[in-house]
Formats: sequence, C-alpha cells, structure tokens
Amino acid sequence: MAVYKRSYRGYSGAYTPEWSRFLILTRYASRNLYRSKAITGFLIACWLPFVVTALLIYLNHNATILSMLKTSGGQLFSIDAKFFKNFLQIQLSAAFIVTAFIGPGLISPDLGNNALVLYFCRPFSRAEYVLGKLAVIAQLLSLLTWIPGLILFGIQASLVGWTWTIDNLFIASAIFLGSVILILVLSLLALALSAWVKWKPVAGALVLGVIFLGAGFGAAINGVMRTQLGHLLSIPIMFEKVLDSLFRLDQTNRIYSEFSPALAWLGLLGIAGACLYLLSRKLRAYEVVR
Amino acid sequence: MNMTDGGQAGSLSSSPVIEIQNLGVRFGKRDILKNLNCTLSGHSIGLLGPNGAGKSTLINTLLGFYPVSSGTARVLGYDIRTEMKKIRALVGYMPENDSFIAGMSAVTFIRMMGELAGLPSEAALERAHETLFYVGLGEARYRKLGTYSLGMKQMAKLAQAIVHGPKLLILDEPTNGLDPAARLRMVKLIKEMREAKDLHIVLCSHLLRDVEETCEEVLILKQGSIVHYSNLAEERRANRRFVEIEVMGDETGFAAALEKLGCECALAGGKRIKAVVSDDIEIRDIYRVAAERETQLRRLNYRRDTLEDIFLKAMETETANGRL
Repeated sequence: MAVYKRSYRGYSGAYTPEWSRFLILTRYASRNLYRSKAITGFLIACWLPFVVTALLIYLNHNATILSMLKTSGGQLFSIDAKFFKNFLQIQLSAAFIVTAFIGPGLISPDLGNNALVLYFCRPFSRAEYVLGKLAVIAQLLSLLTWIPGLILFGIQASLVGWTWTIDNLFIASAIFLGSVILILVLSLLALALSAWVKWKPVAGALVLGVIFLGAGFGAAINGVMRTQLGHLLSIPIMFEKVLDSLFRLDQTNRIYSEFSPALAWLGLLGIAGACLYLLSRKLRAYEVVR
Repeated sequence: MNMTDGGQAGSLSSSPVIEIQNLGVRFGKRDILKNLNCTLSGHSIGLLGPNGAGKSTLINTLLGFYPVSSGTARVLGYDIRTEMKKIRALVGYMPENDSFIAGMSAVTFIRMMGELAGLPSEAALERAHETLFYVGLGEARYRKLGTYSLGMKQMAKLAQAIVHGPKLLILDEPTNGLDPAARLRMVKLIKEMREAKDLHIVLCSHLLRDVEETCEEVLILKQGSIVHYSNLAEERRANRRFVEIEVMGDETGFAAALEKLGCECALAGGKRIKAVVSDDIEIRDIYRVAAERETQLRRLNYRRDTLEDIFLKAMETETANGRL
C-alpha cells in the first residue's frame, strides 16, 4: 500500500496452517538467542567433548597408532554402552547450564509485560504457547545431546561395520530416548519456574537450585531416614538411573543401587506432570481474582 | 440491538455481531455478570459503565479468557463455549493494560502478532509496516517498544489488534492515559475504521465523550447487569425533532403557521412555542416560515439528551437479572 493511501483495509490473503503456528514463537525466540555472542560461544564450546570423543573413536580404530602404542587387545579402550553413556552424562552438565541460562528468559518477560493476553486473544492456545517455548530449549538441548550422540554412534558404526551396529542398536535408541526424556523434563522445569518467578536471574538460580540443591536435600533425607527415596528429589541421580537402565548397564556396584529404575522413571514423570500443572495454573491471559 | 424480555428492540437489520443469552460469570462466590441478555448488531458499539460494572469482564468472557458459569454468547455467529478459535481468528483485541513483548522493535512485534493470527511471514511484514504507518508510528517503527511513550504504546496496541484485518475490533479503554492530542488521534482513527464496511467495533470505556464521539449504539452496564441500551444515532435524530422556539411578535400566528407546515405546537408562555417537528420537515423550513411571516426568531433550541444524561438516568435504574 502506498503511503499516501493510508487507510484501514481488511486482509483477504492466505493463512498458514494452524498446526505450524507454535513454531513462530520458536523462530522469534531462537533468533533472539543467537544474537547473544556469549550464548553462541557457549553452545560452540559444548561441542568440544564431541570433538574429543570423535577423535578418540578415530584413534581407537587407526591401525598406525594402535601398532605404535602396541596395544594388547587391538584397541585402546572398548567402545560400548558405557562409553556412550559417559559422553551423554558429560553433555548432561552442559544441558543443565544451558537450561538455567535460557529457560528463565522464555516466559517471565511475557508475564512481566502482560504479553500473554496478546497471544491468547489470537487463535493460539496455551498448549501451543508451551510447545513453542519448549521447542526453543528442545532444539538447543538436542544440539547438545542426541544429535552429537547419534553422530558419534554413526562414526563408530562406520568404522566397525554392520555386526557391531546391529548388536548395539539399543545404544542408539538409548541415546535418543534418554536425551528426549532429559529435554522434556529440563524444558518443562525451566518453563514452569520461569512462569512463576518473573525476575530472570532468580528464575535461573532457581532452576540450578532445584537441580543441584534437590540432590543435596535428597542425600540428607536418605542419610537421616535410612532410605533411598530421597533420590526422588535429585534430578541428576534419577537421570543417571534412567540412563543406566536404557544403556543396559550393571547397577549393582553403584552407591544408590537400591534405588530402582522404575522409581526414577516415576520421579521424572512426576516432575514433568507437576511442571505442566504449574504452567496450566499460571499461563492465563488474565488472572481471576476470586 | 434487541433485548429479550427487555422491551427494547433495535432497528439494525444486519446479522448480529454479539448475541448474549442468559450469560453469567462467577468468580468464587461473587456474581460478576448476572444473566445478561442482548443482541448487538451495530457497526460501532459502546460498552459503558462505572468502574467495576463488568465491562472488561464481559469482553474477556467473549474472548474466552474467563469461564462462563451460565448461559452462552455468540460472537459473529460462533458460540463462545465451543468455537473460541474461530472467534479469535476474526477478532482483534486491544487490551486495557500495557501489553507488549520485551526487547522487540514495533515492526517485529506487529509482524509476529500478524503471524500468530495466521498471516504468512511476508504478508505479516508488509501489513506490519502498513499498520504502523496507519496508526502514525511509521517513523518510529524500528524503535524498541520499551522506549515508546504511553501514547505510542497505545497506538502500537491498536496496530497489533488490526494487523490481521479482523472483522470485529474490541477496544478496551483505548484512550486511557492519552494527552488531548493523542486522544484526538485515537478517536479519529476509530471513526475512520468505523467506516470500513467489514469491520465492527466494540469500544469499552468509562469516558462518555469517547463513546459519544465514536459509537452508534451504547450498552450501559451496572453491577454486572445491563441497565440501558441506547441507539445514539436514533436518539440524536429523535432529539432534533423536539424544538423550542422563542419569537418576537405574534407567537400565536407563527404557531398556526407551523401547524400548517405539519408541526405539533404548544404555546409555552413568554413568547415561547414548543413544537414537535415531523420527519419530513427540516429546521430550515421553520426559518423560512419565520421569514415569510416576518417573525423574528430570538431563540431556537432543539432539546438533546447528551450521553451523560442517558448514562446518569441509567445509573438510577434498578436492575433485575440483567434485564431492564
């Protein structure tokens, strides 16, 4: 429309499909995130363990180096489920930090500026809003967890052949499933805390607090009550337990071996459910004052 | 507007914009809206009422933000209980409070709002620029919203409400906190938009002047009930028909001449005549008769109920179950 023809006119063009609209939030939020050099730098740094691990896999299959080192079994170390689980656990720490940094900035500014009403007065539901915001953290955590994990699995598979790959396909599914659970729980936790605490730094501290102080409280409860149920407050231990079960690792020698994987699964599901409940309570266009 | 059991019926023939049937909203034990019934069909509808009357609650209920405790309503033919997504696709809403997305320039904000309403990215960008020019923020469209003055923020809120070309525009206290010049600009924009064929406006305000200047129909709420409906356009026409004249000279002869013209006249004493002027007579006809009879007109008033009169009368009305 030419500037001289300024007048109100309706819209008669095409519309985008409804299912895709949650991605609009993801797109705008991601664009904002990648503008920050610190965050981009940190995300690149988070790929260092991947580079090192890929190098180790390569070295483990390099005949020249193996003959130079004169290894007895023909390999420097064994590349198995534990190897990939250890990699995922290293990435887990990075995932906690990314979640604590990025999660709180997703919902709290919208609440602080009363922006929710602007979203929800459009054909855009609360579920789509949560999905859109969740996808922001999910894509970042995916870049840190299952994507590099599966690339490493692919490198190893290409170097050792089909037999190993078929025998160890459960490792690939463990990498993916473990990461998805991690992403869901961490994203929901960050969003829920972000929805209840409007001040960004406090919300960030709270995310780390829930993750790490929860583990401390859990250990204290276990010590005092002589139980293992305190681990239900420890997100890292529950994750580890779930990863152990997915990677089919022997758990008898662990200090928390009595804590069953089923309880860990239940605990993580419970946290996700509680976060969804908190989000549904807080994400409203207007609060009803009774 | 039609009010079921209320005894008043509007004359607008177009399909209803808002139909409310026994609508009730309850927060805890408090009834906020009590069994409302009305049908609004006008192009520009004013929602008036003192603070706490339930205007914003009614709007928020129509937008699905508050749960309905009884009855239902239809907006542009869609039921608010079951077809909220369709309603929201057709409605543009300008909230009362400061609402924006932090850290965004105006054009990015409006574009995003357009996209969320379903516009493709490129179309949303184009309309964001157009809309910002339309509301007078063209030169400031790349500035961050956080740096905007209150008046500019109000305009940005208006822009986000119209970017997707809604069929119904709901404005909640649009002139709140504006200086006189900004208020005039806002009122001018509302009047302009009112002329658009496919756009209906609902303006919620406690400022009588804003509603009087921009609305054809007025619904007055008090304590969660409808206490009055007024078709301002008809009311203005009706008021113009009742004329009070003061003459110098033969008032009886002049009154007879007016009756011959088709008016009903009554002498009010002190050279004053009260006349009811029929629809086919223009005021200039009275001047013509005066000129022909060489009667000097000292005063010619037509009584006019201002919206303030209507509002004050409505405030004295007792309500019962949301009906008049």
